[in-house]
Amino acid sequence: MTNGRMQEGKHAPLIPMKNFVGYLLSLVLTFAALALGMAHVLSFGAVMLIMLLLAVLQVVVQLIFFMHFTESDGPRYHIVGLALGAFFALCVIFGSIWIMTFNSQVH
Amino acid sequence: MTTVAEKRPTNAGHDGGRLPLEYTRHEGPLNILGFWIFLATDVVLFASLFATYFVLRTHVDGGPTDKELFGISGFTIETVLLLTSSFTGSLAVYAMRNGNKKRLLGWLIVTLLLGIAFVGYELHEFLDYAAEGATMQRSAFLSAFFTLVGTHGAHVTFGIIWMASIIVQIARYGIDAINARKTFIVSLYWHFLDIIWIFIFTTVYMMGVVS
Repeated sequence: MTNGRMQEGKHAPLIPMKNFVGYLLSLVLTFAALALGMAHVLSFGAVMLIMLLLAVLQVVVQLIFFMHFTESDGPRYHIVGLALGAFFALCVIFGSIWIMTFNSQVH
Repeated sequence: MTTVAEKRPTNAGHDGGRLPLEYTRHEGPLNILGFWIFLATDVVLFASLFATYFVLRTHVDGGPTDKELFGISGFTIETVLLLTSSFTGSLAVYAMRNGNKKRLLGWLIVTLLLGIAFVGYELHEFLDYAAEGATMQRSAFLSAFFTLVGTHGAHVTFGIIWMASIIVQIARYGIDAINARKTFIVSLYWHFLDIIWIFIFTTVYMMGVVS
């Protein structure tokens, strides 16, 4: 069943707390990645790993705070579809990187 | 023969107002599910372009590298513009679900303007690169870069046209089940573009800065 149904009508706040928190979180995550990247304190691999984690958190923020991800009027088939899309995406990206490491011209 | 009232029903009498308006008509939830599945396929399209970029990133052919090319202030401004537009897009859906047409239109217009600012900034960035000799034809790295970031920019441009047309329809017909579904779906598209941009920010621009 649906979540997040809002019934405040005309007396609703201009900016609800949930959306504002989502916005703040997304800004914090962005500037955390930026600060980490400019600090040059960790190795390239470590920095990229942390940044990718921040990016994944950022996606979760978008899905939950902005996209009403859990909402549906029945079974949540869209989550299955998206999970499949994400699986294919990871296979294509990491598969390509992995297989190209066998090519001596790719660093 | 169907009447106009049947074609464009209001919230009244549908499911006792329990469901959001965009779910109240038979095809509304189907359209929304279908759009989620489209987004899943678009994830795969971008995955291919990201994979190409990661493989070709170091193939600069003596031309500019990612580290030399990217300016931190430029892509940070683009990121903040798009994040903010994603936020205002979510406020538009919130206003819509409260039946507030004025605020819905206002937030959609703010979202649209931020989107236009983003595309304008990106175009400016691309022209800057081209002026420095970093064109799409220069190296495999630049071909992959412009294809990936340009495809995202083309998506945003399409989203701007789409959202503008929905603003016109809301101004004309108000918040009904059909417009609610259309607004919800365009907002999904808009947030999705923000998600893709987060990965461009992280794995294209920030990777260039860190390397």
